[in-house]
Amino acid sequence: MKINLSSVLVDDQEKALRFYTEALGFQKKHDIPLGPYRWLTVVSPEDPDGTELVLEPDEHPAVKPFKAALVEDGIPFTSFAVTDVAAEHKRLEALGVRFTQPPTDFGTVITAVFDDTCGNLIQIAQEIRKPC
Amino acid sequence: MDDICHAIADATRRAILDELVQRDGQTLFELCGRLTMKHGISSSRQAISQHLDVLESAGLVIARREGRYKFHWFNGEPLKAITQRWPTKGR
Repeated sequence: MKINLSSVLVDDQEKALRFYTEALGFQKKHDIPLGPYRWLTVVSPEDPDGTELVLEPDEHPAVKPFKAALVEDGIPFTSFAVTDVAAEHKRLEALGVRFTQPPTDFGTVITAVFDDTCGNLIQIAQEIRKPC
Repeated sequence: MDDICHAIADATRRAILDELVQRDGQTLFELCGRLTMKHGISSSRQAISQHLDVLESAGLVIARREGRYKFHWFNGEPLKAITQRWPTKGR
């Protein structure tokens, strides 16, 4: 068994595709019409055969209150790995991305949290390797 | 006076104020992360939320909504009552 997919629940798939590709820099992998929606996935250009992120419609009535409650408390829905949180923060802020938490050093990890414009907060995290 | 003294009589609540003085305007998520990672406080998010309620009713924390997010801010004003009552300098 292996993990090949992960989902974010988005309020608008087209808007999500733009944000996740144009702002975050992921690449579209699958885009298959599926009733009123699409089977829409993106991958990291650093790992094009790796785990796909499904940009999944948030149409179930339970999802919106769930997302709103997470966002209110500043809780990210998921987290992506980056090599330089400070550089990503600077780059994304210049693109108008709203951060609810600027880069913060927790000793073993530096994290920041931003709004994906589709109803989610997303964390970026950089592991800090300490010399042995 | 009672509510201020009660609010700052708890180490976790003092740590919350310390972290807000370090960086004002934090979400509950960020505060919980800082308390866990920097202070070794393992309280649940719900417990931290209740500590924030106590600090808020004492006026030491102000929670403000900005759009869909809620941020917490430090407010030192109520602490003036303490030094007014017991001045730190000679009269």
